[in-house]
Amino acid sequence: MDLVSLGIKSIFVDNMVFAYFLGMCSFLAVSKKVTTAIGLGMAVVFVLTITVPINWLIQENVLKEGALAWMGPGFADVNLEFLQFIMFIAIIAAMVQLVEMVVEKVSPALYGSLGIFLPLIAVNCSILGGSLFMVQRDYTIAEASVFGFGSGMGFALAIIALSAIREKLKYSNVPNGLKGLGLTMLITGLMGLAFKSFIGIAI
Amino acid sequence: MSTDTLEQAQEQVIEKPKEELLSKRRKRLISDPLNEDNPITVQVLGICSALAVTVKLEPTLIMSIAVVFVIVFSNLIISLLRNLIPNRVRIIVQLAVIATLVTLVSEVLKAYNYEMYKVLGAFVGLIITNCIVMGRLEAFAMGNKPYDSILDGIGSGFGYAWIILTVAFFRELFGSGSLFDFKIFEAIGLANFPTNGLMVDSIGAFVVLGVLIWVQRSKTGYVEH
Repeated sequence: MDLVSLGIKSIFVDNMVFAYFLGMCSFLAVSKKVTTAIGLGMAVVFVLTITVPINWLIQENVLKEGALAWMGPGFADVNLEFLQFIMFIAIIAAMVQLVEMVVEKVSPALYGSLGIFLPLIAVNCSILGGSLFMVQRDYTIAEASVFGFGSGMGFALAIIALSAIREKLKYSNVPNGLKGLGLTMLITGLMGLAFKSFIGIAI
Repeated sequence: MSTDTLEQAQEQVIEKPKEELLSKRRKRLISDPLNEDNPITVQVLGICSALAVTVKLEPTLIMSIAVVFVIVFSNLIISLLRNLIPNRVRIIVQLAVIATLVTLVSEVLKAYNYEMYKVLGAFVGLIITNCIVMGRLEAFAMGNKPYDSILDGIGSGFGYAWIILTVAFFRELFGSGSLFDFKIFEAIGLANFPTNGLMVDSIGAFVVLGVLIWVQRSKTGYVEH
């Protein structure tokens, strides 16, 4: 598959949020202000771009059936795929820890505003989802890297767009029961409808 | 709190002989997450997987059972270990416990219901990152006794389950015209009833859940600021 078209596809058509509902928790919770949303979006892009290729290497060289053949003939029929979830989540947790340390050093203001949501990227479904989709779809390493970056950009785009809409919505008169989450869900539905228009575009 | 939930709670435990085991406080552990403190509609947790699997009722039911199982047992295990876990590494320990339980669920599903395993695909693995599980471990199991933690897990699990089953009910009814793959509109003589493609799509899920939240919050009177 052409890498450029895979990248564009994973940003717009197979958008993590609108097509697969991944990362919804932080998508809904951190989208109240544009600046915070940009920070979280960038953190997700960074973590996804790193973890998907790393998990690809782990999957191909350690976990896959027969992947341990490089250790000697005795390991040729070892299948460690049942360890997939634990290995992936451990890699992701370690990477998130790293990003947290870097952000704290480089930009204390961003660190303060992201607050609890930075460590929670570890349990952001879009990160683990990216790795699991990569396995499901049999990507090569180049495709995996592009897919990781593209999915991250798709998430960032969605959360920044939503936060901009929500900033404007602060001044509207909304029925009590619909305030907050209810209205946000409806808006997300409408945004998803808009993203549907990208389906069928071939590049 | 409203009287509805108290009545609901009393109905649930009316057969139990021992009051000690289910005191008023413990009943509330189960009943609160069902309505007033629902993990999805009020706490905004676990929405990712809630929406992805709700196209049909059957995978939704399997997903609910899996999530209830994982929440209850991870709550129990973490609660038993809570005094042994150093504070700094607690997230890793929690993730390891959850990941182990999810691996168990996934292997059982692969062995006994391979069709469903294919349908749910990556979303079984994504129970690991379901915020409800992590959230309950952090907020409850780390500071409470094992029995209470089990009750809390049951409450949160069923609070999650009834919301996603309701969403799936509407999506399957209007999206595919069926319930549990039973063609309901054909059965009552409305073979031409139009199905709505948007309901099968992700958009339907957002709209159904949005409206559900609206209805539920209007009833409980919860207002977000």
